[in-house]
Amino acid sequence: MNVKLSLTVNGKAVAAEVDPRTLLVQFLREHLRLTGTHVGCDTGQCGACTIHLDGRAVKSCNLLAVQAQGAEVTTIEGLAAPNGDMHPMQAAFKECHGLQCGFCTPGMVMSATALLKDNPKPTEEQIRAGLDGNFCRCTGYHNIVKAVQSCAAGS
Amino acid sequence: MGANIANGIGASALRKEDQRFLTGAGNYTDDINIPGQTYACFLRSPHAHAAIRKIDTRAAAAAPGVVAIFTGEDLAEAKVGGLPCGWLITDVNGQPMKEPPHPLLAQGKARHVGDQVAVVIAETYLQAKDAAELIEVDYEVLDAAVDVATATQPGQPAVHDIAPDNVCYVWGHGDKAAVDKAFAAAAHVTTLEFRNNRLIPNAIEPRAAVAQYSRSEDAYTLHVANQNPHVERLLMTAFVLGLPEHKVRVIAPDVGGGFGSKIFLYAEETVITWAAKRVNRPIKWTAERSESFLADAHGRDHATRAELALDKDGKFLAMRVHTKANLGAYLSTFASSVPTILYATLLAGQYATPAIYAEVTGVFTNTAPVDAYRGAGRPEATFTVERLVSAAALEMGIDQAEIRRRNFITSFPYATPVGLTYDTGNYEATLAAAMKIADVAGFPARREEAKKRGKLRGLGYSCYIEACGLAPSNVAGALGARAGLFEAGEIRVHPTGSVTVFTGSHSHGQGHETTFAQVVAERLGIPFENVDVVHGDTGRIPFGMGTYGSRSLAVGGTAIMKALDKVIDKGRKIAAHLLEAADSDIVFEDGNFKVAGTDKQVAFGQVAFSAYVPHNYPLDRLEPGLDETAFYDPTNFTYPAGSHICEVEIDPETGVVRVVGYTASDDFGNVINPMIVEGQVHGGLAQGIGQALLEQAVYDPDSGQLLTGSYGDYAMPRADDLPNFKVDTQVTPCTHNPLGVKGCGEAGAIGSPPAVISAVIDALKELGVRDMAMPATPHRVWQAIQSARA
Ligand code: FES
Ligand code: FES
Repeated sequence: MNVKLSLTVNGKAVAAEVDPRTLLVQFLREHLRLTGTHVGCDTGQCGACTIHLDGRAVKSCNLLAVQAQGAEVTTIEGLAAPNGDMHPMQAAFKECHGLQCGFCTPGMVMSATALLKDNPKPTEEQIRAGLDGNFCRCTGYHNIVKAVQSCAAGS
Repeated sequence: MGANIANGIGASALRKEDQRFLTGAGNYTDDINIPGQTYACFLRSPHAHAAIRKIDTRAAAAAPGVVAIFTGEDLAEAKVGGLPCGWLITDVNGQPMKEPPHPLLAQGKARHVGDQVAVVIAETYLQAKDAAELIEVDYEVLDAAVDVATATQPGQPAVHDIAPDNVCYVWGHGDKAAVDKAFAAAAHVTTLEFRNNRLIPNAIEPRAAVAQYSRSEDAYTLHVANQNPHVERLLMTAFVLGLPEHKVRVIAPDVGGGFGSKIFLYAEETVITWAAKRVNRPIKWTAERSESFLADAHGRDHATRAELALDKDGKFLAMRVHTKANLGAYLSTFASSVPTILYATLLAGQYATPAIYAEVTGVFTNTAPVDAYRGAGRPEATFTVERLVSAAALEMGIDQAEIRRRNFITSFPYATPVGLTYDTGNYEATLAAAMKIADVAGFPARREEAKKRGKLRGLGYSCYIEACGLAPSNVAGALGARAGLFEAGEIRVHPTGSVTVFTGSHSHGQGHETTFAQVVAERLGIPFENVDVVHGDTGRIPFGMGTYGSRSLAVGGTAIMKALDKVIDKGRKIAAHLLEAADSDIVFEDGNFKVAGTDKQVAFGQVAFSAYVPHNYPLDRLEPGLDETAFYDPTNFTYPAGSHICEVEIDPETGVVRVVGYTASDDFGNVINPMIVEGQVHGGLAQGIGQALLEQAVYDPDSGQLLTGSYGDYAMPRADDLPNFKVDTQVTPCTHNPLGVKGCGEAGAIGSPPAVISAVIDALKELGVRDMAMPATPHRVWQAIQSARA
């Protein structure tokens, strides 16, 4: 028994019929083919699936698609400027080598942008605490923290 | 070496791969969807050890969306083989190791929790999963052998009938008689018993595969999250499925971290490749994280007793090591070599210990297979050596740096008593640099200051060495390797002078697309932007061995250098013709072929154009085209080494350990991209500190259930568990490859665990604490403090 779903994703109106069991992350990846949002776990802990829902960073594996009814969703694909210029956080990650395999990266960038929105001048400790819900197995976080600091300093 | 061009050798070039990864345009295996694809779900054993009496798939087969169900019996009927082990270990009695069958789907018995019992293929993943729950398996639950320390004792259940005592091999290395003699004459003997804790690799991208079969071409394509697609294909076709190798294309696209765990040929991708023809539909499988915990190959898990004999001045006389290494329920691809060849050969460390003997017992247990995980044997060796050294210094009242300096190897080449020949190094230099950067001189004051706040501070050292650049094939072959360990590279120059590099190495985070392009751009004197690197596709790249053991630049980079030599050589002949000079008069400099001693020259791009538009070209003696391939087999291992210093602060009330300072001074030989090298060190350190303080795979000792089966139970290092790192490099160029490089990918994970543990012990030594197990959790540290105070 499918249910009707309509929402805005990366600025575009989207309407679909989905199995009510569909997770938001599955809806994004499998229905909309927005594969930039990743799945790294099945327990809501790794943060690879982080997106913005009405401006807040959320783990899209922890929500049903129907819970995004009427919402504004932004994924990593929607973060760059319409002309393709990277968002300052994306640019800072590149500049500071804040990514290696890239798998945690979309979620990390979405969390980091939300973090700076709430706290534009965080301390290192606040950055580390703020990214506590996003695992990275590659970078040791050192350069991720640097990227967030550099983005905060630039904005 | 210095960069002659922007983004050449030595420059921290920003990475080519980042644009796609940062904008959601990466292409990982689970992102790949093929029209008409079905989904696989594996039914896994809930028991550590159980006989399978009967499997009833009738209800599942009738469930909605189910396309097919296969069990071990189906595979046996189809004469599908088992997974091979790539390294034969010969035991102390000259007997080959025990090699029990490793079926793709359990046959007769399940041997660990998570062992694959059946596969369901359905129209959607949820349908496959729902149907898998309807499969009825009649299990007879058996007692399980779980712990490596006890599994070989009499009365323990046998994991495999061919190894009734659960011993796969007992392997000895070194001169036992010389060691025993040295111990008898020693002034001091330090003895330690410890576990090297079992770890779960946890690349953030779970394993995944998409298999398809084309009836029109009678050929297969497998996309798989893997570190070495040619090896994967060779093992799968030749040893398991009996398919013609040229009819299978294996593509490892963007891969979200490996750390060793994606080297191996696993059952899941092999089953779906086989089944893709059976069902004549593409099949996708992506591991859920819970499956990664249960069925990815784990790392480490040693139980070791180690002894160091010293003279009265703290000079090392001999080392004796006995290790029981957990191999898990089946031999994974390189499982047998990790605790032997990659472990005991490193026990000399950075020291001139004259005699060393190691005996390793490989043990089967009812747990997930154990294989290479970042460092693979070398972290275990480093922990053994460096903990012995730190403990000996403490026992004998010798300064930690001083005891190391007294025993450093100082002249090269140096042949160790455990079979390796170090070509070069400068251990004094990395130790001195690390001590300066870590401000060891200021430590006593910091300790005093911490004390005033009620905190305990400690400093720990680790001077590690690793053997990388795997490996000279003949040496590896003599030691039991069933594969070559060369690497391949192809340089395809296009008519307009841009270049595509095809490498057998594989990048799953290391940044090869950038580093290799820097090497090529520098050597050819062309813009970095004009070089692209292709890897990970057996349909495009020459046969190469892939990426592990910090080998990519030292071996893969050298293959590229050799291919570049051939390109330049041919270019010289073309240029000689264009410039009407003799071949031998042409030199290649800064991207131009020049007639030596004149101002006559022709640019690389013009030569490339001539090679493909050979109107004015020596066709009588030279083929057109500019496309060269080279295979490179190294003549020795490379020996990255360094000194790590860790500073911790412990809250005695809670037992919480905070890493407040971490310094690594490493010698990786020449560095192509310092930014990438630093990143590799950071990541390795996080994994090593994770091992020392947080991570531990725990099985229930009776039932064999994995108690740490999710991120709720397995403590992954998070951003707020780790400090900023201070990293430095010292350089002694490798003497036997043209780039002078040694490899950097594993160093952090190898060097750090003993530095952290020794720092913890240093902080607690005034209370009388002398030992600390990994991981040094708050509970453990608090208990140690309590019992020391009692
Ligand atoms: S996928 Fe891991 S938290 Fe969402
Ligand atoms: S970059 Fe690989 S997990 Fe973060």
